[in-house]
Amino acid sequence: MINLTINGIKCQAEPGSTILQAAQKVGIKIPTLCYDERLVAHGACRICVVEVKGARALVPSCSAPVAEGMEIQTDSPTVIEARKEILKLMIENHPLDCLTCEKSGSCTLQDLCYEYDIKEGGYNGEKKNYPIDDSNPFFTYDPNKCILCGKCVRVDNELQCTGAINFIDRGFYTHVGVAGDKTFEESVCVSCGNCVSVCPVGALMPKQPEKFRYWELNKVRTTCAYCGVGCQMDLLVKDDKVVGVEPVNIEPNDGLLCVKGKFGYKFLNHPDRLKKPLIRKDGELKEATWDEAMELIASKIKEIKEKHGSEAFGALSSARCTNEENYLMQKLFRAVIGTNNIDHCARL
Amino acid sequence: MTNGINELLEADVIFVMGSNTTENHPVIGAKIRQALRKGSKLIVADPRKIELSNDADTFLQIKPGTNIALVNGMMNVILSEGLENKEFIEERTEDFEKLKEAVKDFTPEKAGEICGVDPEDIRKAARLYAKGEKSSIVYCMGVTQHTSGTNNVMSMANLAMLCGQIGRESTGVNPLRGQNNVQGACDMGALPNVYTGYQAVNKPEIAEKFEKAWGVEGLSQVPGLTVAEMLDAASRGDIKMLYIMGENPMVSDPDLNHVKHALENTEFLVVQDIFLTETAELADVVLPAAAFAEKDGTFSNTERRVQRIRKAIDAPGLAKPDWLILMDLMNRLGYNKKYDNPSEIFDEIASVTPSYAGIDYQRIENKGIQWPCPDKEHPGTPYLHKGKFSRGKGLFMGIEYKDPAELPDDEYPMILTTGRVLYQYHTRTMTGKVEGLNKKVPESYVEINPATAAKLGINDGDKVKVTSRRGTIVVKAKVSDIVEDSVVFIPFHFAEGAANILTNAALDPKCKIPEYKVCAVNLEKAV
Repeated sequence: MINLTINGIKCQAEPGSTILQAAQKVGIKIPTLCYDERLVAHGACRICVVEVKGARALVPSCSAPVAEGMEIQTDSPTVIEARKEILKLMIENHPLDCLTCEKSGSCTLQDLCYEYDIKEGGYNGEKKNYPIDDSNPFFTYDPNKCILCGKCVRVDNELQCTGAINFIDRGFYTHVGVAGDKTFEESVCVSCGNCVSVCPVGALMPKQPEKFRYWELNKVRTTCAYCGVGCQMDLLVKDDKVVGVEPVNIEPNDGLLCVKGKFGYKFLNHPDRLKKPLIRKDGELKEATWDEAMELIASKIKEIKEKHGSEAFGALSSARCTNEENYLMQKLFRAVIGTNNIDHCARL
Repeated sequence: MTNGINELLEADVIFVMGSNTTENHPVIGAKIRQALRKGSKLIVADPRKIELSNDADTFLQIKPGTNIALVNGMMNVILSEGLENKEFIEERTEDFEKLKEAVKDFTPEKAGEICGVDPEDIRKAARLYAKGEKSSIVYCMGVTQHTSGTNNVMSMANLAMLCGQIGRESTGVNPLRGQNNVQGACDMGALPNVYTGYQAVNKPEIAEKFEKAWGVEGLSQVPGLTVAEMLDAASRGDIKMLYIMGENPMVSDPDLNHVKHALENTEFLVVQDIFLTETAELADVVLPAAAFAEKDGTFSNTERRVQRIRKAIDAPGLAKPDWLILMDLMNRLGYNKKYDNPSEIFDEIASVTPSYAGIDYQRIENKGIQWPCPDKEHPGTPYLHKGKFSRGKGLFMGIEYKDPAELPDDEYPMILTTGRVLYQYHTRTMTGKVEGLNKKVPESYVEINPATAAKLGINDGDKVKVTSRRGTIVVKAKVSDIVEDSVVFIPFHFAEGAANILTNAALDPKCKIPEYKVCAVNLEKAV
């Protein structure tokens, strides 16, 4: 183990770990924008700089490894000043439309500007003016809000491994885009939305009809209902409605989702959802009460069982339902009705 | 899966067969690609040039239904070049001679001829897989949905045992389950021959155990019928009532004209679902169910991990969670057991299921547990068959290659294979109601090789009439070299232009899976 001091606190860290990881271990918060523990450290935004005694300049804590005897200050006046300057440079060229920006309340840039009291850049420099890419059905991309942290590019290339987006051009003109600077819809993008999930600002935003503020939401942890991977995700809920999905960084998906998991939840609120039991009368399905429907089913079961025995029944259970529901279905047919004629779509 | 999903990241060689992973299990597809970036090698065997084929070190574009020939050819190479794991075979397996006998004459030349691939590629794949320190097989419905499905799976097990690529981390034989809880539905005994945890219904001591646990007498010890057999029985009039929960056989099952007849022929049909599906439209009673975000419970994923789902919102209108509906029906039929919540049901499951015995809601509050988990102190089991197989020694099988049930002929000269696409899901009950997904893939289509299309005078986007012995559909042509000449592919999601009007309901004799992946069809330009 390596011995070091952070803000006067003596601590230990694994060899090869970074200053950021060492600080997190002892509960010291260092702000980050381009950092993601799953990605190769990028050191691009420099908001995580810290002061290391004896070093010539401030070092980015997300990529600097710990060393024996290091003495680190994470919030010295020099560090604070540097962070303020970085934030000023970022918002100098960032639309200040937080009043209507959908990301407001969940924007790391906004949070940090609040924390460090930054209202404006104040340099009166040139502004970016890119067209907004609205081509993808699930998300929009506004390059003018991008702070070039590169998280989207790295998630796409290192974890999703689709390789649809990258940095284009140099210097002031550097921006994130798809090959040939075309639209997302014309690219190899598979709409997984993993870039959207990691964007710390409002550059990559899910398209959703509902208006909400992030502080109005409840997050409910659940398991995706599509394929068998069992991705863990948080449903974002406002007023009894699911308005978004975020991946959880835990096994088995480690913070990734696919297009269906990320954006395929919208069937939940579809007007065609079945809302009442239906009973066929004169050839047509008509609305009924639960009691009517359940009594009819129970009496039919009794009648058919009496006339034809238990083997006249068949049950198709469901790979879409829970374990508990599948268990009850087979229990109902085996223990109560008396047949093993129960199966589901495992083979289909 | 014998092994966990993240173990793929550490595999030296990944052999993907009959799985279009990046479209059907996209996050596992991404993880396979992460492994490749770290230096793993990839073998892909599939009738279509799927995305992963571009990343493969060896790609074997086999004819649909020739999996066994390929694996036998690979095993022939492994044995003739002495690449088998002799120690593993000696210590952990039996009947090795039977396997040797079966693959003795199955040279890569012979296999290549059947599969339509270069024998050198078979050699290359065999060497890669056998020489890998940790080689992992990943497969899906391209292996199972054949009349030889069971044998296909046993072939994969043969190959893994031959090379000692099982029972260790990052190895194994790994089926990817296609639906969120198909693993759990099987684990829970929603199968005609077993109770929960695969306890056989025909064993008197098991029946007795469940009679005691459930407080009933005379549980049937006669295995029941599978889906396909139930539909046949309904068609004949032997099954009078079908109760269908959260399934849509009117799109998902083979030979849909036959399915429709079977459902219409029942005396009473109950369908419980979240939308009025094509199947629900035929029902006598339709019950409105809650969707996954509207209830509590657990799903078991493809790596046997039991994970929570949680109620986030209320179900619309009067819709109810399926467990409440089923409990209500049980009670009305005179079985008075009451459960206050799904957690209580889960505890009952754990009490009758050895592989789930150690799991409860509290333990999986933050992170799921992989079964088997026999007691409360057990951490779960990331990979199976460590040191010993469930039956003791691993049994080699000598498996003969057999043709699919229906082969092309003069009248139906092409092979149809079916599958899913990224942007739709199964019968579209859910994805069909999501605007963006339907914008991406709005309708059914048929993939046709440019050579086939040229012969038939079909252009990209033309309407094409596809006919099999069971029916005809009209769909749009998508001319692409993703399929080979004389092989066509149709996604099965769509009720309009339904691939399953065409598919063959011929079943694997053991596991009764239908041969969705191969049938003979004829194509002509629709006028």
